[in-house]
Amino acid sequence: MTMIFGIPLQAFLGQLLIGLINGSFYALLSLGLAVIFGLLRVINFAHGAQYMLGAFVALLLLQYFGISYWLALVIAPIVVGLVGAVIERTMLSRLYKLDPLYGLLFTFGLALAIEGTFRYLYGAAGQPYSVPAALAGGTNLGFMFLPIYRGWVVVISLVACIGTWLLIEKTKLGSYLRAATENPVLVQAFGVNVPMLLTLTYGLGAGLAAFAGVLAAPVYQVSPLMGTNLIIVVFAVVVVGGMGSIMGAIVTGYMLGIAEGLTKVFYPEASNIVIFVIMAIVLLIRPAGLFGRDA
Amino acid sequence: MKPLLEVRGLNAWYGESHVLHGVDMTVGEGEMITILGRNGVGKTTTLRTIMGIVRERKGQIMFDGRDMMGVPLHRTAHSGIGFVPEERGIFATLTVEENLLLPPVVAGSGMSLDEIYELFPNLLERRSSPGTKLSGGEQQMLAIARILRTGVRLLILDEPTEGLAPVIVQRIGEVLKTLKERGMTVLLVEQNFRFASRVADRFYLMDHGQMVADFPVGELPERMDMLHKVLGV
Amino acid sequence: MSHTTHTATEVRAERAPTASFTYAAFLLAGLAFLLVAPMFFYPIFLMKLLCFALFACAFNLLLGYTGLLSFGHATFFGGAAYFTAHAVKEWGWTPELGVLLGVAGAAALGLVMGFVAIRRQGIYFAMITLALSQMFFFFCLQAEFTRGEDGIQQVPRGHLFGFIDLNVATNMYYFVLAVFVIGLAVIWRFVNSPFGMILKSIRENEARATSLGYSVAHYKLGAFVMSAALAGLAGGVKSLVFQFATLTDVTWQMSGEVILMTLLGGIGTLIGPIFGAGLVVTLQNYLATSDFPVTIITGVVFMVCVLVFRRGIIGEFYASRLGRRLGFEHRH
Repeated sequence: MTMIFGIPLQAFLGQLLIGLINGSFYALLSLGLAVIFGLLRVINFAHGAQYMLGAFVALLLLQYFGISYWLALVIAPIVVGLVGAVIERTMLSRLYKLDPLYGLLFTFGLALAIEGTFRYLYGAAGQPYSVPAALAGGTNLGFMFLPIYRGWVVVISLVACIGTWLLIEKTKLGSYLRAATENPVLVQAFGVNVPMLLTLTYGLGAGLAAFAGVLAAPVYQVSPLMGTNLIIVVFAVVVVGGMGSIMGAIVTGYMLGIAEGLTKVFYPEASNIVIFVIMAIVLLIRPAGLFGRDA
Repeated sequence: MKPLLEVRGLNAWYGESHVLHGVDMTVGEGEMITILGRNGVGKTTTLRTIMGIVRERKGQIMFDGRDMMGVPLHRTAHSGIGFVPEERGIFATLTVEENLLLPPVVAGSGMSLDEIYELFPNLLERRSSPGTKLSGGEQQMLAIARILRTGVRLLILDEPTEGLAPVIVQRIGEVLKTLKERGMTVLLVEQNFRFASRVADRFYLMDHGQMVADFPVGELPERMDMLHKVLGV
Repeated sequence: MSHTTHTATEVRAERAPTASFTYAAFLLAGLAFLLVAPMFFYPIFLMKLLCFALFACAFNLLLGYTGLLSFGHATFFGGAAYFTAHAVKEWGWTPELGVLLGVAGAAALGLVMGFVAIRRQGIYFAMITLALSQMFFFFCLQAEFTRGEDGIQQVPRGHLFGFIDLNVATNMYYFVLAVFVIGLAVIWRFVNSPFGMILKSIRENEARATSLGYSVAHYKLGAFVMSAALAGLAGGVKSLVFQFATLTDVTWQMSGEVILMTLLGGIGTLIGPIFGAGLVVTLQNYLATSDFPVTIITGVVFMVCVLVFRRGIIGEFYASRLGRRLGFEHRH
């Protein structure tokens, strides 16, 4: 058997893949957080709840309407994005003039309310969501066995990340977003409906979280608490990356996912906390974060 | 001459401090107006209040016969008013061309991108570099140029020559003259008195949040004593 | 929360001389009530309330007086509970020494967490404290002495100073009340000390405080450790009251709960968190018998508070007509 650093190659690559999958979710979620924070100056604590909502919408669509995974991948982000937009317009938008901490506290309450409601309605236990037929099974790469769905998650989330990056960096809408991040009042004075842009951005961020949730449904179980602990890890990812850069959020997400996977190989006891430890070390060495601009 | 902008009894506040105390002014179609006054008398606030950026305001603002008081900030530009702020407001994360294309076109009468590049050849050369990598003078040109694309009828400029070299100031003067020939109405605040007297048709003199005098450029020589007194120059 | 960005919501009560009198009268009435309360309420309920009230006051010391929002205070509360429980159960320490160990342990954890977290401000500070306290949660989940999911059970209350039997409910209650009063007195003293004044000036204008030559980071860290130690005092005593220490007290939900208590009672008011804690604990007790989940209510109350009730109960009272007539001046 081939060994690497005294570990069987199979196990090593297996954990690397799991790390890459986790990293995909970290990247998608921290990307959404960074986009929302950039424009709204709100840390969206409800991001984990919106991720959970995405998975639940997919599950309920399947259970009640027999709607497939593929359609759910489109419908769930739209539904959750719309709900997010309504919340932004009716409630969150009243907090922009206040200290950003109030936005954090409001979305924290929102997360509790959403997760509590789903726990009340569906119980805390996870429910399985099966892998779509087209992506079932696996393939032997010669050096390891790759479940096709896992490969798909890595590829499609990378596509979603790059797509979002292109949307922000290369399109007209993206130039509005970037400009409004710098100076919202001036952009509005130029005739751009900035309040609408904020609503759209929050909806986009929530939709992105829901998209990640649908992707996650077949990998993990669908449960009301699936986003709870995840969001705290994603906060750490965001602190490590610094929220100044979209690309930084993506790269940091994948890096930390892989670091976590490798820790599982070499020192499993620390795998839960390795991301927090990295965060602490980065803060001590480079407080602004790896890609951060402000201190 | 038909008035394009009419301001009556305009009051404005920044939080607790009352800055404008009943500003009255009229800007005719195609006129180039300069507001003079010492620092802190409310010139910039007047511009920002007309634009709708300062929302704590009372009084009347009529633009092209339309009451502007209830118009939300993002609709003001669509009524035909363009704004070049004092700090220029060039976006660092946007390229020069993105900066240029940012403000939405509100009327068909604006310049095309080609015309703008013809008027400002430097911007064409540096179209893909980040906006804030330009020199101060180029940034000012970009700030003006991007409004010209939109087709607004009234251009509001806050101290366009501040901190710029004489040769650039001259260039901005030429641009403003070109605009005037095309029938643009311009309202500007200016500290550079010589520059103002070269481009303006008419002056408003401001003190303590009010307009205290207005006179055409022809009366400038006989008004110099009063100007010295109010401006303290 | 920084003064420059949200002056309109700043809650601060300036007391005129008449208010000092009213205030003293209220305090005496409150103390008198607490002295006789065991005759009317279950002691265990009252003790729980006092522990959480002290916890919330300790938390408010940081948020209300330095503007730092910690999302990781469960670490100090729950951590101290473990330390105290371990010391009295495994090492046979007396309760007062066990509690002191809890306080010292919480202060040490506060020093470490504070040292890392004060490198960033505002929203980042909140996220970092949350992440570090999640790390502590995982540590407690895996460490030997915390006994994992079971927690430390059957913690003996023991004899205070070796001769006061805390298994007698009344003795235990008055011990908790004494700790509560001492804790409040320490907070009161701290806030009104020169150190507290400097913290206040840092909150109002950090740049100015820096330019006056104060080492802002040291003062923030000092406040953080102080707040952690007092939260530890509350947590240590709580483990004696309930005779166990479990993972519940180190979860992020617990950190959220103490924020809610403070927000509900009035950020930056000395007695607001006590009322907030009272309300939350009562609500939890009430809902404990129904199967309706507390988190939904907690979440909704959070949202409502942030949207329309940012001054909290006591802040609103100070700002109300009655409050002002009694001499409390609400300053924006």
